[in-house]
Amino acid sequence: MSLFADSYCLICHGVIDLAISWSSVLLATEDMVVCKSCHERLKPLSGERCRICGRVLSTDYRNRDQCFDCIRWEEDSEWGGLLAQNFCLYEYNEFLKEVIATFKYRGDYLLARAFKSGILRTLKNRKFDLIVPIPLSGERLYERGFNQSEALILEAGLQPTRLISRIHSEKQSKKSRSDRIHIPQVFRISEVEVVLLRDKTVLLIDDIYTTGSTLRHAAKVLHEHGVHQVFSFTIAR
Amino acid sequence: MRFAIEENKLTPAPLLLTPQETYPISKLNLLPEIPLDSTFCFNSQLQHYLSGKQLLLDDLPFTLDDIQLHYVKGYLMYRKGIEIVGDKNHCLRCGTKDSRWFAEFPCARCGDICTYCRQCLMMGRVSSCTPLISWRGPVPEGKVPLNLLEWTGTLSPGQSGASSRVVNAVDRLEQLLVWAVCGAGKTEVLFKGIEHALTQGKRVCIATPRTDVVLELTPRLRAVFPHTTVASLYGGSEDRHTYAPLTIATTHQLLRFYQAFDTLIVDEVDAFPYSIDETLQYAVKQAKKPHSALIFLTATPSRKWQRECHLGKREFVTIPARYHRKPLPVPKFVWCGNWAKLLAQKRLPTNLLVWTKKRLAANKQALIFVPRIEAMDKMLHVFQKLHPQIESVHAEDPDRKEKVMRMRNKEIPVLLTTTILERGVTFANIDVAVLGAEDQVFAESALVQIAGRAGRSAQFPSGEVIFFHYGKTESMVRARNQILAMNKEATQRGMLDK
Repeated sequence: MSLFADSYCLICHGVIDLAISWSSVLLATEDMVVCKSCHERLKPLSGERCRICGRVLSTDYRNRDQCFDCIRWEEDSEWGGLLAQNFCLYEYNEFLKEVIATFKYRGDYLLARAFKSGILRTLKNRKFDLIVPIPLSGERLYERGFNQSEALILEAGLQPTRLISRIHSEKQSKKSRSDRIHIPQVFRISEVEVVLLRDKTVLLIDDIYTTGSTLRHAAKVLHEHGVHQVFSFTIAR
Repeated sequence: MRFAIEENKLTPAPLLLTPQETYPISKLNLLPEIPLDSTFCFNSQLQHYLSGKQLLLDDLPFTLDDIQLHYVKGYLMYRKGIEIVGDKNHCLRCGTKDSRWFAEFPCARCGDICTYCRQCLMMGRVSSCTPLISWRGPVPEGKVPLNLLEWTGTLSPGQSGASSRVVNAVDRLEQLLVWAVCGAGKTEVLFKGIEHALTQGKRVCIATPRTDVVLELTPRLRAVFPHTTVASLYGGSEDRHTYAPLTIATTHQLLRFYQAFDTLIVDEVDAFPYSIDETLQYAVKQAKKPHSALIFLTATPSRKWQRECHLGKREFVTIPARYHRKPLPVPKFVWCGNWAKLLAQKRLPTNLLVWTKKRLAANKQALIFVPRIEAMDKMLHVFQKLHPQIESVHAEDPDRKEKVMRMRNKEIPVLLTTTILERGVTFANIDVAVLGAEDQVFAESALVQIAGRAGRSAQFPSGEVIFFHYGKTESMVRARNQILAMNKEATQRGMLDK
């Protein structure tokens, strides 16, 4: 980063105050790609958090270190234990909602860079064999022009592995009745990679953790192919 | 999307029957021009949708086959969204060439690294593989109704003179600046000119920087042109795809138009910071037809434009007097010492406090303009000791509309404000003060606009304007000179009552 040319905030496009970037250079914390005021509107998740999904725990709606939603997942014989832990950065507030909407719906790819330092900080000292983006359907991918999860990985300087893809909806309709009564699996493993998966640790990347259903579906497919442990990372919770 | 060139025509990759070499549109050197096939029976819905526009494929609810057919028959064209010359990018929709607005991404649509424009992203992403699509067939024909203009009001002599100049410019497809003081009544000046254009079946647009103004102008114009379709365009409006002889739009919305208007009227040209000004100029150039009339309206032209007027390099007409025939209030300069230092001690200049107390005692409302939000927050506490109902407002204030309403209802005796209320807002009977008039946010045009808030109504045509300052600036002097010059001209032209 040049300190002598103006740098602009990735989010609001305002000039980033040099005085502030100096202090950050001295503290060597992170790249100044977001201005102070936007940075302050991104609220880090802090305090007591659910051991699995990372949500901030309230006084009720919890049992010890887990939230009720995760307890319900864990008690289910089909879904329990599939997702080891979800790492996440920020509260999904109105501000972040708008930033993520601009990023993935408006297609402002560069915004992925705003989360680079957060991603690297969170994943520091942790080892994963494969970093896997949650895929989009072919139609969505064409519509948006890029996969936002893959963009997050690439802009953080990491290597994505396109391990899973979405099952086309027309194929789902050809499934047997019993398949359809159960929640249909929406993901499949891209076949070429299958051999590599035994005993591996995988990190799934998505933009938002809402119900945790998407990540658990992906984790399930991975476990079925011999993956040892599945973690996930999302920007928002 | 990628294109192949077949028989000197572009073919979108998804429509290719045999595999061929394909390219993102920005990589093609010359885009072929296709002659119009006049025997072709075109889709009139597409014609209405696309005439005078530049849209993206994603904006068009028509199949790619249908769009391509109209292209092959010469009824529409594909243009580059981004032009790349060497290592320089140029967004052909919003006009920016500034490298800070461009970024790259691995694009799933063309399978290449695509460059996209972040400046106009919110109108749909334009990248180096994005075609801009425009209509080049015949424009929709509409019947011109009789009695277009139904307006019974009368024009002041100043308005009347300006009105005929506007008609002339519209007729001769010329440029004209209408320099009308705050409160002159500039909208009425446009009626005859708009009528003149519409009568000849021409397309007219009024563009203004703010959505508020679009919302205010739309019903007024619908009322005076009751038989004409009026499209009202701003972010999120419903008329987005209405083909209309008369369009009222935010200047931002002009970016979706291409060679559309025979008459383009740009309101408040000066309301932009310099950086946005370039985008506006580009948008105006794109949206109007190459041969068209261009009318600018403002109370405060820039120094550059004022100079061009005085040197005879720019066609202009002035309306130096208000509709109510009383002179503009002339600002007084009052030195108030180092107010920022006082404020740090939670105090305010004595003369400002005395001025405010007088207004409170006389029950006369006042606006006090302040250079910055932080200073205003501190001041509010001091002012509220004089009167608890005193309020403050700024651009990001969620209660802005409500506070302006309460000011109108006289529930707020004194309102502190940033420059956000410098234009557009009218309160009937107020005095106006600026604290820290020497600050650079108070440019000449801002100060003229601020002074223009006083004495607006015919019932209360006077009002006091004071610039409290800590060192007189050139902007302050120029603002006052501009007001004095207008009053002098109005007197000479017999436009003021004694």
